[in-house]
Amino acid sequence: MNEELYDDYILDHYECPYHKGHLACPTCAHSEKNPLCGDQIRIELKLNDTGHVEEAFFNGKGCAISQAAASILCQHVEGKTVDELHRFQAPDMLRLLKVPLTATRQRCGLLGFKVLKAMMYSLDASPTPPAQQPTANDESIVATSG
Amino acid sequence: MSTPLETPSRPFDVHDVRRDFPILARPLPNGATLVYLDNGATSQKPLLVLDKLREVEATYNANVHRGIHQLGDRVTVELEAAREKIQRFVNAAESAEIIFTSGTTMSINLVAFAWGRKFLKPGDEILINEMEHHANIVPWQQTAKATGAKLRYIPLTADGRLDASHFDRLITTKTKLVAVTAMSNVLGTLNPIRELAARAHQVGAVILVDGAQSVPHLPTDVRDPAIDFLAFSGHKLYGPTGVGVLYGRRELLEAMDPFLCGGNMINEVHLESSTWADLPSKFEAGTLPIAEAIGLGAAIDYVQSLGFAAIHAQESKLLEKALRLLPQTPGVTIYGPSFEHRGSIVSFTVEKVHPHDLADLFDQKGVAIRAGHHCTMPLHDWLDVSATARVSFAFYNTEAEVDALIDAIHYARHKFRLE
Repeated sequence: MNEELYDDYILDHYECPYHKGHLACPTCAHSEKNPLCGDQIRIELKLNDTGHVEEAFFNGKGCAISQAAASILCQHVEGKTVDELHRFQAPDMLRLLKVPLTATRQRCGLLGFKVLKAMMYSLDASPTPPAQQPTANDESIVATSG
Repeated sequence: MSTPLETPSRPFDVHDVRRDFPILARPLPNGATLVYLDNGATSQKPLLVLDKLREVEATYNANVHRGIHQLGDRVTVELEAAREKIQRFVNAAESAEIIFTSGTTMSINLVAFAWGRKFLKPGDEILINEMEHHANIVPWQQTAKATGAKLRYIPLTADGRLDASHFDRLITTKTKLVAVTAMSNVLGTLNPIRELAARAHQVGAVILVDGAQSVPHLPTDVRDPAIDFLAFSGHKLYGPTGVGVLYGRRELLEAMDPFLCGGNMINEVHLESSTWADLPSKFEAGTLPIAEAIGLGAAIDYVQSLGFAAIHAQESKLLEKALRLLPQTPGVTIYGPSFEHRGSIVSFTVEKVHPHDLADLFDQKGVAIRAGHHCTMPLHDWLDVSATARVSFAFYNTEAEVDALIDAIHYARHKFRLE
C-alpha cells in the first residue's frame, strides 16, 4: 500500500508526457499490449551512427503508471548507447519511477521497459532492422493520443 | 426465473448478517476498513461455510464413493446431501442431473465438448452475444471450428440489452444452441431467459444459461422456464473456489459422451473399451473437490436461511442508490441498462482517471472493486472503452458503503488534481 503512488512526478508525466507521439523515421520501433489490462505502449528510437539514442518517442493507452513510466523511460534513454540500454534492467526502471509499486502495478510500470527490451533483442538479431510500421491498431493510438 | 418455495429462517438485518462474515470486520493491511464491492469476482464466505470446510477436513476427510470405512461413508453421505441441496435450490427434477465441476468455465466447456462436438454439424448455428464472458464465447468458437457450425451473435441495444427485434431472424431451425448469461457480469443486464428458452425450444434448439452472476442473487428454477443446461460457480455463491455446478437435463446428459475420462466415471473397463457409469458419475472423473462441494451445500443453506426476497430487497436498495448517485458524481459515465433491467452490478468510468488507477486509489480507502475488461473483451470493444471499473454488490453490503464508493471517486479525482 502506497499513498504516494500518484505523486506529482508520476502525474506530471501522465498529464504532460515527454515525447508522446511518433518519429518521422525511427531506426527501430516496437509495440506491446498487456492482455490482462489492455494497456498498450509503442516505443520508437532514432539511433545515430555512434550507436547513441538520438530521440525516443512513445505512444500508448492505459493507466497513469504505464503511461508515465513510458514517458520517464523515453526521457531517460536519450543520449544512452545501445550497450547502456542492454545493461538497463527492470530494477533500474523501477528506481526511475521513484515510487514503490506493488507486484500487480509493476506490470504497468514495466510495460514500456518490456517493449524497449524486446526491441533491443530484435536489434541484436538483425543489425539494421527495418522499423516496424505502425499497425492499424497503433494508428488508433495516434488518433486518441490528443 | 420464478421463485421456488423458500422459507427464510431469520429476519434480515444487514448488520447482523455482516457478523456472519469474519473478513468484513477485519482491518486491511493499511488499516482501512474493508468495503468489499467485488462480489462479482468472488464473494466472501460466511462462518457456516468456513466451519463446514474445517469440519470436513478435520473430522471425516476421505475420498467419496470409494472407501469402505466410516470416514468414507460419512463423507459420501455429506457430498450427496450437498448435491441434493443444489438440486432443490435450482429445482432440478433429480439430483443425478447435478454435476460437480470446477466452476462455471468447466461446466460450459463440458457442454461444448461433450454435447457440442458430438451433436453439432456444419451449417448448424450457435447463438451467443457480445455481452458474454469469455467463458461463454471461447468454448463456442472452438466448438464451431471443430464442427463446422457457425457462431452467430444477437445484437445489443444501445443500453446493453439483447435486441429482441432480431430474435425472429436469428433463432431459426438452423439454431442448435442458444448460450446466454442470465446476468451480465459487466452491465448487470438481466436477459430474457424465459423468452429465449421458449424460442430455442420452438426451433428444436437447446439453451445453456450461464448463471455465474444470477444464481447467487436471484431465485433459479431450471424447470420454469425450462432450460437445458445451467452453469454456475460455488465461489460467487458465498461458497468455496474450485467447485461449480453443471445442471443438465437427464435426456441430454445421457446422450452425451463423457468429457473427462478416468476413475469414478466408468462402469466397466476392459483392455479395448469401457462403459460409462450412470449419472452423475459419468461426468465426474477423478476425485472431486470434496470439502468444497460440501461447503457449497452449506453456502446454499446460508442463502436459503436469508431467503431471496430479503437478498433481493437489500441488493436492490444498493443498486438503486448507486445508479442514483454515480451519475451525479463529476466525470462518471455508467454503462448498461436502467434499474429494472439489471442485477446488482454497475460498471463505470471516470473521465481522465484510468480504471486501474481508480481501483488502486479506491484500495487506499479500503474500497475493493474490479478494474479491467472483466473477461469481456468483445463487450468492451462494443462499449468502445479499453477498461471499466466495476462494483458488484452482495446482500451484506450497506448503503454507507455506496457512500464510501462515491467518496472514493472524489478522492481519486482529487489525487488526479481534478477537484
